[in-house]
Amino acid sequence: MNFDFSDDQKYLKDQARKFLSDRADISSVRGVLDAEETSYVASLWAGIAEMGWLGTAIPEQYGGLGLGELELCVLAEEMGRSLAAVPWASTVYILAEALKIAGTEAQKLAVLPALAEGRVIGCIAASEGPGEPRGETMKTSYDGTSISGIKLPVADGDIATHALVLAKHGSGVSLVLVDMSATGITRTKLKTFDPTRSHASVTFSNTPAQLVGEAGDGLGLLARIYDRAAVLIAFEQIGGTQACLDMATAYAKGRYAFSRQIGSFQAIKHKLADMYVALEIARSNAFYGAWALSCDAPELPLAAAAARIAACEAYYLASKENIQTHGGMGFTWDVDCHLYYRRAKLLAVQIGAPAIWKEKLVRRLELRNAA
Amino acid sequence: MDFNDTAEEAAFRTKTKKFLADHVRPRGGDKETLQKRLSDSEYMTAAKAYQHAKAESGFAGITWPKDQGGQGLAPIFSVIFGQEEGKFDAPAAPFTIGLGMCVPTVIAFASAGQKERHVGPALRGEEIWCQLFSEPSAGSDVAGLKTKAVRDGDDWVINGQKVWTSGAHYSDWGIVLVRTNPDKAKHKGLSMFFIDMKSPGIEVRPIHQMSGGSNFNEVYFTDVRVSDAQMLGGEGNGWSVALVTLMNERLAVGGSPGPDYKEIFDWAHTVPGIEGGTLAQDATFRQKLADWVVRAEGYKLAKFRTMTALSKGETPGPESSIGKIITANQLQDITNSAIESMDHFGIITDGELAPSDGVFQQSYMWAAGLRIAGGTDEILKNIIAERILGLPGDVRVDKDVAFKDLPIGR
Repeated sequence: MNFDFSDDQKYLKDQARKFLSDRADISSVRGVLDAEETSYVASLWAGIAEMGWLGTAIPEQYGGLGLGELELCVLAEEMGRSLAAVPWASTVYILAEALKIAGTEAQKLAVLPALAEGRVIGCIAASEGPGEPRGETMKTSYDGTSISGIKLPVADGDIATHALVLAKHGSGVSLVLVDMSATGITRTKLKTFDPTRSHASVTFSNTPAQLVGEAGDGLGLLARIYDRAAVLIAFEQIGGTQACLDMATAYAKGRYAFSRQIGSFQAIKHKLADMYVALEIARSNAFYGAWALSCDAPELPLAAAAARIAACEAYYLASKENIQTHGGMGFTWDVDCHLYYRRAKLLAVQIGAPAIWKEKLVRRLELRNAA
Repeated sequence: MDFNDTAEEAAFRTKTKKFLADHVRPRGGDKETLQKRLSDSEYMTAAKAYQHAKAESGFAGITWPKDQGGQGLAPIFSVIFGQEEGKFDAPAAPFTIGLGMCVPTVIAFASAGQKERHVGPALRGEEIWCQLFSEPSAGSDVAGLKTKAVRDGDDWVINGQKVWTSGAHYSDWGIVLVRTNPDKAKHKGLSMFFIDMKSPGIEVRPIHQMSGGSNFNEVYFTDVRVSDAQMLGGEGNGWSVALVTLMNERLAVGGSPGPDYKEIFDWAHTVPGIEGGTLAQDATFRQKLADWVVRAEGYKLAKFRTMTALSKGETPGPESSIGKIITANQLQDITNSAIESMDHFGIITDGELAPSDGVFQQSYMWAAGLRIAGGTDEILKNIIAERILGLPGDVRVDKDVAFKDLPIGR
């Protein structure tokens, strides 16, 4: 039994924490929160590129480091802990992973080496309104050469150099790749409750686009991309959950009420113990997802769903109870609790809300039981 | 990252499987378990024979030192044996507490001669041990116990009452925590003895549980004499001795306690839902099912992480405290949902009518006790908060006060 990360992977994690605590401290996140015109911390993004992290799981022939998804998982946990305000998830978990599993050789060569160098910012434009994207209601269309339609919200849509766009294609739905310097693109930044991750509404008007994967398989491909992203985002969520638990624990030790540390009250202890239990359940499910992702196991769809559900629940619990533990201080703009509360909810909805994943999990369980 | 045994672990697992296949029947298939098929005395005979076979084949006292008759192996091997044994209908339960908690305490604190006399017979299944700590007014706060021992020459005389003692009625020996000095603060006036359960003055009465069965006992002590030589760890050190005993309890109690998501999902395919199809098609049910899957699998995977630590020779911390919190609450939640899903029919416990021989109804009752036995949810959360997160202990009002002066309430 070796259900843990290797010493090398743990070393990478330690290095990542050091780098991020130096370069992505919470004041840099607040810089993006407070400045409406700023979408991300460009200097941090450049630093991450210099560290080579962007190419962590990209094969060497495409300019990456050729390490595996497990390395990406440990980096993800630290990115989540730091709340780093950079387009990391859109670029690394979505665009790079999508091209790895479904891109043509030409698409990989065109995008991945530049991505590893930090010259590409990715985004995925799937949503057009409330609810899961569906073929029947999708308005954005692809005619084989170009797309037209409005997508919102698109994470990092305001800054992306490349977009994966879900579009109606004949009677089906396809996923297409768009160079965002092309013609016919209008981007409008959106107001959201987590401005530390920028979002936009993107309008395409006869914009050139090329097919990714099979024609008509857009929703199936999206599901496979999201399974991979779900595991990586689960690690971000675990990092954030751990940060909330650490923050609440430190506060409970230092804050006095009724002439004693509030952490000596069972009402606080049990709250934090509940957070710990949820975190351990999430961490264990995420580890399994990491294993499945790293060896492309047939268990991945089920493992990814479990990892995502557990991580969404843990981060929500930890981020709201961290505020509660801080009392009135926790409700102020100046105390950092709300940054996690915002991020927890963003991550819980951005690749499909927990209810959708719960239904996916049960369907996948049925498929496995039938097999 | 992988789920494979090391070569040494794999060899031990193979040996374990062979032993189990030779001695006990696999679980499942046959609904009638050994415990149901046999009378109580036949079951005890089978249990003792099974333990004897374990000792003969080198599977008893897996982690105990070799000079005490154990196998001297690392804890991972004990976990592997437990994993495999769990797949069989093995009559191992009567020995769990004795070999898991009591005899290790004897090994740690008894004289060489006493160990020579007691450890072997326990290991070979010839003698069974029980643990006598809890009292009617001392459960979570076990150091508040009142059973007293008063010195009389070379003996001590014990009077009082213990409760929730598993297996007291079939045990040969027990370890008992008593108050030897009520003038000292409560944790400091305790001492531990090991005692012959057939001693005059010991009376064992079964407790009638809310679940209907009687798995535990009350044990009354009336002028029970025990030799001073049977004190473990010295006078006034009973609390530190008890902590050694209790260290293993959470691991011993944290197994799979009853029907889980697989069982309720199977059941859900056979019963109507509220949306016109089966329960298994109801959206609300499916949402809850996903939560149960995530918790059950998460706990299983957390145990894999513990095994990994053990496999690397690391000591798992109090993280194992999360196990019973998860399993007991999940059992209560799942059985509650199963019963509610049957509507009025859910009240029926008759094995001929109720699905799965009434296992959901039985486990619904049992789950309430599971959340209390071996550390309540609340105590376990205190342990997580204090030992893992490092939060301060509660403000104590009983620390520097003589036990006899403490308020006791009702």
